[in-house]
Amino acid sequence: MGDRIFASAKSEKARSGLAASAERNAPALLATDGLSIRFGGHAAVDGVSCRFPPGTLTAIVGPNGAGKTTYFNLISGQLRASSGEVWLNGERITHLPPSARARRGIGRAFQLTNLFPNLSVLENVRLAIQARSKPGFSLLRLADDATEILEQAFAVLGRVHLENRANIAAAALSHGDQRKLEVAILLAMQPRIFMFDEPTAGMSVDEVPVLLDLIEAIKAERQHTILLVEHKMDVVRRLADRIVVLHQGRLVAEGDPASVVNLPIVREAYLGRSALS
Amino acid sequence: MHSFSPPSRRSFGLRLLSGDTPGHPVASFLMAVLVFVLAFAPLLFAGTRAVATAARVAIFVVLAASYDLLLGYTGIVSFAHTLFFGLGAYGVAIALAGSGPSWSALFVGSAAGIGFAALLGIGIALLSLRVRAIFFSMITLAVASVGQVLASQLHDITGGEDGLTFSVPPLLSPSFHPFTEPVLGVRIDGRLNTYYLIFVVSLVLFLLLLRLVNSPFGRVLRAIRENEFRAEALGYRVVVYRSLASAIAAAMAAIAGTLMALLLRYNGPATTLSFSIMIDILLMVVIGGMGTLYGPAIGAALMVLAQYYLEPALQFLAELTAPFPLLSAVFQPDRWLLWLGFLFMLVVMYFPAGIVGSLRARGLYSQTR
Repeated sequence: MGDRIFASAKSEKARSGLAASAERNAPALLATDGLSIRFGGHAAVDGVSCRFPPGTLTAIVGPNGAGKTTYFNLISGQLRASSGEVWLNGERITHLPPSARARRGIGRAFQLTNLFPNLSVLENVRLAIQARSKPGFSLLRLADDATEILEQAFAVLGRVHLENRANIAAAALSHGDQRKLEVAILLAMQPRIFMFDEPTAGMSVDEVPVLLDLIEAIKAERQHTILLVEHKMDVVRRLADRIVVLHQGRLVAEGDPASVVNLPIVREAYLGRSALS
Repeated sequence: MHSFSPPSRRSFGLRLLSGDTPGHPVASFLMAVLVFVLAFAPLLFAGTRAVATAARVAIFVVLAASYDLLLGYTGIVSFAHTLFFGLGAYGVAIALAGSGPSWSALFVGSAAGIGFAALLGIGIALLSLRVRAIFFSMITLAVASVGQVLASQLHDITGGEDGLTFSVPPLLSPSFHPFTEPVLGVRIDGRLNTYYLIFVVSLVLFLLLLRLVNSPFGRVLRAIRENEFRAEALGYRVVVYRSLASAIAAAMAAIAGTLMALLLRYNGPATTLSFSIMIDILLMVVIGGMGTLYGPAIGAALMVLAQYYLEPALQFLAELTAPFPLLSAVFQPDRWLLWLGFLFMLVVMYFPAGIVGSLRARGLYSQTR
C-alpha cells in the first residue's frame, strides 16, 4: 500500500466545479476496497481501492500484465476476489455471480471478442435485451412475437451500423464488425456501469472513430459510469475524465489525465523507460 | 436503412410449428411422410407388427427430440437419458403390476415416474456446477449404470432382470373389442386405442418441444450452448436454465417411457434402461442433425426402421442373389448390423451436420436464425 501515490485530486475538483458537485452529491456507484486476487503466490490484483463516480469515464491504464483485465474480471464477477470487496450502490457484490452483477447493471464488453458465434447478429443483441426484460422464462411464447424486443435490437444495431448484417452469423463478421457487435451487446444491456476492455483493439483506423463517438455519446448522457481499459494514449486523453494507473497489480496513481500522465512513475510504468528519454 | 419489419401474421399451420419449419424441401417431404404414415399406420398396414413398429417410431421421436433439447440446443452431453425413459416405464409397470389395470394406477404410476425423472434431471444438471464437459458426461454414465443395477437388483419392486408383465386398463387392452365387425374396414380394439394414444401424445410433445426451442427460453438455451460464459455475463443464470432444460427433457423422456410400457405391456432393464438404447438415441440425434428437432425425428424413424426391416431386406436380397454365392454371402441377413454400420458411415460422410442440419446448410435456410 505504501507505494500508492494519489495524484492531486483536490485541485482537479476545484477546477471543474460541475463534475465536482456531481461527485459530492451522488454516491459512488461503483467502488472497490482493498480488492485482491492471488493465483498461487502471485497477486495479480493487489489491494486496489478505487471509487468510480457516476457520470464519469475512468480510464484504467498500465503496462501489459498490470492486472487491468483481472481487475475488470473481479468487478464483473468472472473471477472471485481472494480478499477485499466490490461495492455497487452501497451493496456488497463481492460474492455475487456474473449474472447477478449483470442484472444489477454492470455491463461488460470483453477484450477478446466474446459472442455467440453461430447465432445471428440480431440474435446476439436480442439475447442481451431479453436478459434485462426478463421474458427468458416464458417457455411457450414465440421469441419472434416479441416485436418490441426486435425493434430495440435493430435500433441498437443501427447505432453501431450493423443493421444490414442482422441476419448473418456473428462468426461470419469481420474482426472490426465483431468488435462493434461486442459493443452493441453492451449497449443492448442498458447497464449503469459500462466496462470497455480495449474496445478498439485490432480495429482498422477508419472503424475506430465510430466506436469512440459511441463511447463519447454514452459519456455525454452523464448517466453512466464508464470504465475503460485502453492502450492508446490519444484515446485515453480524448475520453477520460480520470485515469487510474495499475502496475504489477497495484494502483500506483489516480487523478485527472493531465496530472497523471506526467507523473514519472506513470511515464516509466506505462509508457516504458524509453518515454523518459 | 431500417431493415426491421414486424413479422407478418403467420398461418395457423406455421404457428403450430412455432414458425420453425424443416427448412429444406427434402426434409419437409420426409417429415410429411413420417407424420402421414404415423397418423394412418393402422389403416395402411394390416399386420400388428407394422403398427407396433410405427408406435415405436413415435415413441423414439419423442425420446430423441427430448434428447436433442439437451444435446443440440443446450449443449449438455448426458448419457443418463435412458434412465428417465426407464423411470417413466417403471412407474407405469410397477403401478399397474402392483394394483391392477386401473386408470388411476396408470395415472399415479406415470405421474410418479415423470415427477421423479424431472427431479433427477435437475439433480444431474446441478452436478454440472461441480464437474464440466467430459467429466460431467462420465458422471451421467455412472448415474445411468446405477439406475440399471438398481432396476435389476431390487427384484421385489422391479421384477429384476425378468422385468414386470402387467395388464393395461381395458380400453387399451388387446382383448377390448367394442364392435364385432370392423368399422369402415378397421378393427376397433384396445391395440388401436393404444396406438392412437401413443401417436397423439407423441405429436403433442413434439409440437411442444418445437414451441419450447423457439421461445425466449429456447433462445437462451442456444446462447448457453454457444457461449455459456457470455450468457452468464448478460445476466442469465445459466445453471437455472440448464436445470430447467434438463428437467423438461427428463420429463419428456419419462413420458416416452410410459408410452413404451403401455405399448409392450411389459418393462424390464433391457427394454428401457440398456446402454444400447442410449447409443441408439445418440445416433438418432446425430444422424438426423443436432439442434434441429426435425432431424432427430427423422433419425428416429430411420433407426427404428433399420432395426426392424434391414434384416428382412437383406434376407430378400440374399435370396435374390442366390445364383451368385459371393454376392449372396455379402447380403447374409445375420450381418445386418455390419450394413447398419456401413449406412451410418455414409450418412456421416455425406451429411456431416446430420441429415436435416446438412440439408439446411445446403439449402435456402440460413443456419443462423
